[in-house]
Amino acid sequence: MTSLWLGPGLLSTADLLHLTTHFMMLSLLAVGGAITAAPDMQRFVVREQGWLSDAQFTASVALAQAAPGPNVLFVAVIGFNLAGLAGVLATMVGMLLPSTTLALAASRWGDRNRSSRALRAFTVGLAPVTIGLLVSTTWILLEPTRTQWTTAALLAATLVLMLRTRISPLWPIAGGAAAGMAGWV
Amino acid sequence: MAEPSPLVRPGSPGVLFMAFTALALKGFGGVLPVAQHTLVDDRRWMSQEQFLELLSISQVLPGPNIINMALIFGDRCHGWRGAVAALSGVLLAPLMLVLVLAAIAQGLRNQPLVTDALRGMGVVAAGLVLSMAVRLAGELRNSVLGWPACAAVALTTAAAVGWWRWPLAGVVLGIGAVAMALAWRRVGT
Repeated sequence: MTSLWLGPGLLSTADLLHLTTHFMMLSLLAVGGAITAAPDMQRFVVREQGWLSDAQFTASVALAQAAPGPNVLFVAVIGFNLAGLAGVLATMVGMLLPSTTLALAASRWGDRNRSSRALRAFTVGLAPVTIGLLVSTTWILLEPTRTQWTTAALLAATLVLMLRTRISPLWPIAGGAAAGMAGWV
Repeated sequence: MAEPSPLVRPGSPGVLFMAFTALALKGFGGVLPVAQHTLVDDRRWMSQEQFLELLSISQVLPGPNIINMALIFGDRCHGWRGAVAALSGVLLAPLMLVLVLAAIAQGLRNQPLVTDALRGMGVVAAGLVLSMAVRLAGELRNSVLGWPACAAVALTTAAAVGWWRWPLAGVVLGIGAVAMALAWRRVGT
C-alpha cells in the first residue's frame, strides 16, 4: 500500500513540493501543449535530480501514448513512476492548477479582445517556438536509443505512417513494441 | 450556411461528464478530433464555427487545449459545476486507465521483454511528437513572419532546448519574446 502511495520512496515531502512548484511554472510556459514542456521535465527530473533514468522517462511518455485520453496524462505517468499516487497528485496538480485557473478566469473575464494585434502577435510568434520545442522533445525522447541506426528507421516509418495514412497511432506503437521485443532497437 | 439540425444545450453537468468521459476514452493520440465529432456532429452542442472559436481561445491560453476547451465549454453551459463536470470527465477515466497500465508496467519492470517493448515504443513516441511538428510546420507556410524567420526561430528553439538544455522559461521568455516582437511588427494593425 505504501508503495502504491509513495512509489519507490525516493522522494521526501519537500521533494514532492519542489516537484509541484516546478510543474506549476511549466504549466504556464508550455506553449502548444504539455508535451512541449517534456524536455524541461527531463532536465529537472533526470539530469538535475536523478530521480528517473532516461529510459524510464521515455518509457513513461510511451506508455501514456498507448492509452486513450488527453496527451497531458504522460505527466501523471511520470509522477507515478517517481512517487506513486502522491507523485501523480504532485505533477498533475502542478501541471493543471495554474493553467486551468487562468483559462477559467480569462474566459469569464471576457474574450472581447480576441482579434487584437497583441493576441495575433502572440499566436503568430509562438507557433515556430512550438515547432522547435516539439523537435527537441523528439530528440530528448530518443536519448536511450539514439546511438542505433535502427532507431532512425523506426522513427522514419512512424513519421510516414502518421503523415501519409490515416491509421490510428496504436498501430505504430504496437509495431514499436514488437520491434523492441525482437531486439531491433 | 444551412445547419443540419438545430443546436441543443447539454441538459446537466452529469450529461457533460458522461459525454466528455466517452470522447476522452475514444481519443488515442489526441482527443481533439473526437471532441469535434462528438460536440459538433453527434450532440449538436455547438456549430463548427463555435468549435473553431473555442479551439482558438483554448490554444492561446496556457494549458492543454482539450482541457481548456472542456473547462470553458462546461463553464459556459452550467457555471463552475459544468466546468468541474466536463474537466473531470475528460481526465478521470483515462487517468485511472493509464495508472493501471503504469502500475502493471512497474510490476513487470524486471521482465526484459517489457523493458524491450517499452524501449521500442519510446522511439515511436518520439516519432508521433515529430509528426506533430511536421504538421504544424506545414501550417506555417502562410505565416506573416515569413519562412526564413520561422525556420530561424524553430531551429534556435530546438537547439537551445535539445542541445544546450536551456530551461523552458528562458526559451519562451527569450526566444519567444523576440519572435512575438517580430510578429507584432509584421502583423500591423
